[in-house]
Amino acid sequence: MSQPPVIELQNVCTSFRGKAVHKDLSLRVEEGQIVGLLGGSGSGKTTLLREILGLLKPSSGSVRLFGTDLNDPDVILQRNLRRRLGMLFQHGALFSALSVFDNIAFPLRELRCLDADWIRRLVHLKLAMVGLDATHGKLMPAELSGGMVKRVALARALALEPELLLLDEPTAGLDPDRSQNFVELVGDLQRELGLTVVMVTHDLNTLAGLASHVAVLADQHIIAFGPKAEVMTVDHPFVTGFFGADRRKLL
Amino acid sequence: MSETPRLLVEPGRVVLSGSWTLAEMLPSLSRLQAGLAECSGDHWDLSAVTRLDSAAAVLLWRTWGAKWPAHLVAGELPRQVLTRVAELPREMPDSARPRLRFPEWVGMLVLKAAANLRGMIALFGQLLLDVGYLIRHPQDVPWKELTANVYKAGAQALAVTALVGFLIGVTISYLSALQLKSFGADLFIVNILGISIIRELGPVLVAVLVAGRSGSAMTAQIGVMRVTEEIDVLSTMGISRSIRVVLPKVFGLTVAMPLLVLWTSAVALLGGMLAALLQLDLSLVYFLDNLPRAVPVSNLIIGLSKGVVFGFVIAVVACHFGLHVKPNTESLSANTTSAVVTAITTVILFDAIFAVFTRQIGVPHL
Ligand SMILES: Nc1ncnc2c1ncn2[C@@H]1O[C@H](COP(=O)(O)OP(=O)(O)O)[C@@H](O)[C@H]1O
Ligand SMILES: [Mg+2]
Repeated sequence: MSQPPVIELQNVCTSFRGKAVHKDLSLRVEEGQIVGLLGGSGSGKTTLLREILGLLKPSSGSVRLFGTDLNDPDVILQRNLRRRLGMLFQHGALFSALSVFDNIAFPLRELRCLDADWIRRLVHLKLAMVGLDATHGKLMPAELSGGMVKRVALARALALEPELLLLDEPTAGLDPDRSQNFVELVGDLQRELGLTVVMVTHDLNTLAGLASHVAVLADQHIIAFGPKAEVMTVDHPFVTGFFGADRRKLL
Repeated sequence: MSETPRLLVEPGRVVLSGSWTLAEMLPSLSRLQAGLAECSGDHWDLSAVTRLDSAAAVLLWRTWGAKWPAHLVAGELPRQVLTRVAELPREMPDSARPRLRFPEWVGMLVLKAAANLRGMIALFGQLLLDVGYLIRHPQDVPWKELTANVYKAGAQALAVTALVGFLIGVTISYLSALQLKSFGADLFIVNILGISIIRELGPVLVAVLVAGRSGSAMTAQIGVMRVTEEIDVLSTMGISRSIRVVLPKVFGLTVAMPLLVLWTSAVALLGGMLAALLQLDLSLVYFLDNLPRAVPVSNLIIGLSKGVVFGFVIAVVACHFGLHVKPNTESLSANTTSAVVTAITTVILFDAIFAVFTRQIGVPHL
């Protein structure tokens, strides 16, 4: 059975006001991989995720998800495609006018075929998954701490149990205990649901605990992609600088 | 791919197979739900299920009446998912907020109005204190913000106020001319246009436009600064938000408004004059010659004073609502709406007060 790759980027070029961010960037992520995306600050990692989500159109090149081109004009097809993705934004991006409960329930309600009790159970399940109490459901996003915002955002991204999960610096701002929990949580989900995950992270522990593959974004394209152990041996100033003395920790 | 979730009822047991995930279930959700509702057996075989997500687990758990079936064959992963659902507390707090009854609602509105009034008075007092402080420390006067606000609220509004003023002038002149002609009182067009535009329409028209244009912008700007905590950054830097953010806006609009009123009234009169020329053959020279006689100069002073007061009121109302935005988008939009509505209402209220107290002044007695 040859399934199309979950993400396929081909020769993507992006530039903002004449300044190139991506040049001839290609990446191919297969089902079930957990890809850690590394790159210096400002190297265009968030931009890459936005392109995968279809929020930003690359100036040239193609983006295909589950074998479907993001430029396909079929609206229904596009909508169904979006339902198969979940994204955790770098700063949470919770709906500030909705309570935590309603934030998580939002994508479920949008399906328009689940009843209230079903939704309530699912929301509480998601809350429990990310380690929040049922009582937190009543809070408004402005009343949450930074780490809680991340967790609620993750719960919302997981609400539809997407096949592809994109995480932008998920553990930044969490205490080590929480990030360990987070690693275990995503790991569990990955095993249960066969999730494909692409995550941007600077945290070696998260990377070591979770990622099966590593992609390195530098010099405007992916300079290395492959299983963790392979990538670490790549001879590039960024890679050697990033892993440095911690190379062993990853293994 | 044989991924679709399937339900097979065999004698004595129920066999599920395929991928039981929300995405796969959606197309045939009602059929599956109906099918499950009819299953009553105590033997459940989930061994052929390739994937089971929590939505499906909740569905099964509800089908089982919130308890484990007597005989369950399932792989380790589906069992884990089901266990998580089973561990949910039975009583789940409802997220709905209590609904308000009518008297509570009215009371809340009154209290809110009182709180807003109090807030605006406090803001007014704060502004007075700030002015006192700035008089004693002239080096702290935020000149850049002050002039920027005069430019934004005044200079950039010239085009739109001119356009609207001109059209209103033409309309009033045209409609009045029709009436006056039938009385043979053509010459009174000068009085009608002069008094109504300079004393009343000019200031109110500009106030409505400016409340929509600059007032809403002020509320939105201060509100977003609250949402993104920029206001708090100012405080931590030891910069007074009322001096740096509120005062320049209030000052800018108070200065710009009378100028805008003068400008708009002039353009509106021009429009009226042109319409009168076309409609009544009243020459521009005659119109201009008679304007000072028909409209005593005190009307202009009243109009300009209205401009000062209206500008101040609009800015104070807008800043008050901006400072009370709660950090969410809903409150931002609600407060922007309230700011514009309150500003316009207050302006009309002040206009009425003006009308009462200036009723003896500037009306020519023939
Ligand atoms: N909307 C935008 N307009 C202009 N430049 C942008 C925009 N978004 C990102 N950039 C630029 O693109 C580069 C990559 O940004 P980003 O993807 O956010 O980096 P990071 O890898 O840290 O997530 C940065 O230099 C940034 O300035
Ligand atoms: Mg980023």
